[in-house]
Amino acid sequence: MMEAILGRYIYFMTALLLVIGLYGMIAKRNLIKKLIGMNIFQTAIFLFFIQGATKPGATVPVLDARLGTEAAHYINPLPHVLILTAIVVSVATTGVALALLITIYRRYRSLDEGIILERMRRS
Amino acid sequence: MSHLPLLIPLSLLLSALVIPLVGFWRGNLVPAVASLGAGLSFAFAIFGLFAVHSQGELRYQLGGWPPPIGIEYMLDGLSGFMAVLITGIGLVVLIHARCSILREVPDRIVPFYALALLLLAGLTGIVVTGDLFNLYVFLEIASLSAYALMAVGEERAPMAAFRYLILGSIGGSFYLLGVGFIYFSTGSLNMADVAQRLPELYASRAVVAAVTFMVIGFSLKMALFPLHLWLPDAYTYAPSAALALIAPIMTKVAAYGLIRLFLTVFGPTYLRDMLPVTSIIAWLAVAGILFGSVMAIAQRDFRRMLAYSSVSQIAYVALGVGLANPLGLIGALLHILNHAFMKGCLFLVAGSIRFRTGISDIPAFTGLGRTMPWTMAGFSLAALSMVGVPPTAGFFSKWYLVLAGIEAGNWIGVAVILASSLLNAVYFFRILEKVYTAPPRDNAGLTAHEAPLEMLVPVLFLAAGVLFLGLANAVIVNEMLEPIAASLYDL
Repeated sequence: MMEAILGRYIYFMTALLLVIGLYGMIAKRNLIKKLIGMNIFQTAIFLFFIQGATKPGATVPVLDARLGTEAAHYINPLPHVLILTAIVVSVATTGVALALLITIYRRYRSLDEGIILERMRRS
Repeated sequence: MSHLPLLIPLSLLLSALVIPLVGFWRGNLVPAVASLGAGLSFAFAIFGLFAVHSQGELRYQLGGWPPPIGIEYMLDGLSGFMAVLITGIGLVVLIHARCSILREVPDRIVPFYALALLLLAGLTGIVVTGDLFNLYVFLEIASLSAYALMAVGEERAPMAAFRYLILGSIGGSFYLLGVGFIYFSTGSLNMADVAQRLPELYASRAVVAAVTFMVIGFSLKMALFPLHLWLPDAYTYAPSAALALIAPIMTKVAAYGLIRLFLTVFGPTYLRDMLPVTSIIAWLAVAGILFGSVMAIAQRDFRRMLAYSSVSQIAYVALGVGLANPLGLIGALLHILNHAFMKGCLFLVAGSIRFRTGISDIPAFTGLGRTMPWTMAGFSLAALSMVGVPPTAGFFSKWYLVLAGIEAGNWIGVAVILASSLLNAVYFFRILEKVYTAPPRDNAGLTAHEAPLEMLVPVLFLAAGVLFLGLANAVIVNEMLEPIAASLYDL
């Protein structure tokens, strides 16, 4: 039982991060905290991809004459490349979200969801 | 090797890059450049559809790397059909957009067109790509442009756009997580290659997780009930032009993603016979059809009513997918096409009315039938089609969905389609009554007159399209949709 958990602890960590992120996005009232929740959520997915690339005892995926061309000696570079792209997407999403938050703050002088909805109703 | 699959999104992407440069030089050339880019892409898409029809599917290897190592773009019957639809509707809406943008957000004309083309590039990219991760990238390109386009509207728009962004990102991330599970189980990202390797992994729990995450992701993006919560607010406060671009095609492209996953990647035997995915989708769709129609009746704001009606109409498409038989797929695809025309027309009418009178409140629509006769004629035709009066297009997609429901033995689905037509009639005839029988009110109604030609022609074009699609539906179904359904279901 213990071994099963230790051998897969990375999955539990990923799941934990996913849940923390979802909680932040759904339960927090502050919009910045929602955005932070989104970032945690996405990071969990990035870590999930990265952990899938590792192999015990393997090295960086640069061809080395001493190791030859045996694939087991090198970690899988593809998930890293995918996640590099996904990070760019995530940065762009965060950028758009922050721009929206600046507009919202200028309009309602607050980033608290409850206060904003209150002020929306009054206007 | 044909270059057409790449050229469709590329011409849109390039014009999105050129527009800011043109904007610096001559601002008033921007709408023309945008229409040119969309027109070019539309031409490529039409050309591609004919090429697919005559010589089978087209494949393009990006950078000359053969799949499964390289990214592959492909154009088959389904993606050709979707590409023509997206670029065609996009072109019509961009022509209509100039006036309403100048009226509603005059200082944002350059970013609007750049983002609109980026959105279209993303949507066409989703349709032509044959690579699961590449699809994620295009999905996020399209979504990011949609968030930005929706945010420049009314006072409450940024808040609605932020909510959409949070929920949309959850959807995109869930899809990405599903791609991760697929990649680590099969070692491939190419759709055709994954489809080949999956059957021996059907028992694997990782693949079940992948299916779950991907289906939830696409359901969020297509606003399938009960994951539609972002849609009504986002649609109500966005600028009319952005809405007319996003509403008819964006959720449909997510539905395309679902169809692709279901039929190309996982295969119907897996999602229908081994996991209850399609029946879950069908039941959610049944609930969504009723919910959307009932909520639409309760709305006072025209755009909000159309938004809830979109929730119900996308559920028709989901029902067609969920019934999981070839007739259902034909119904779903026909409804994607018809609904793009009807909803596009209705949202353009909403834009024209707002352009002339500044109102979107249904009780204030009195007498518009006299002051804007042609625009309202277009509206009436689209409304009749939404209700499903034959010979308009809406009748035929419902017809195929009903046939599919009977074939699948889903009698509740059949009853709901018929009931929802009645509900549609309630909320559209309520408006038609206001528009044609009540006299114009002094303030809003009398000062209004017919929309400018630039706005009227796209409205009438789409309205005529609704009628034409209805009359030509037999040709479309026999020539285009039946081969698609047959090839995807391996008949």
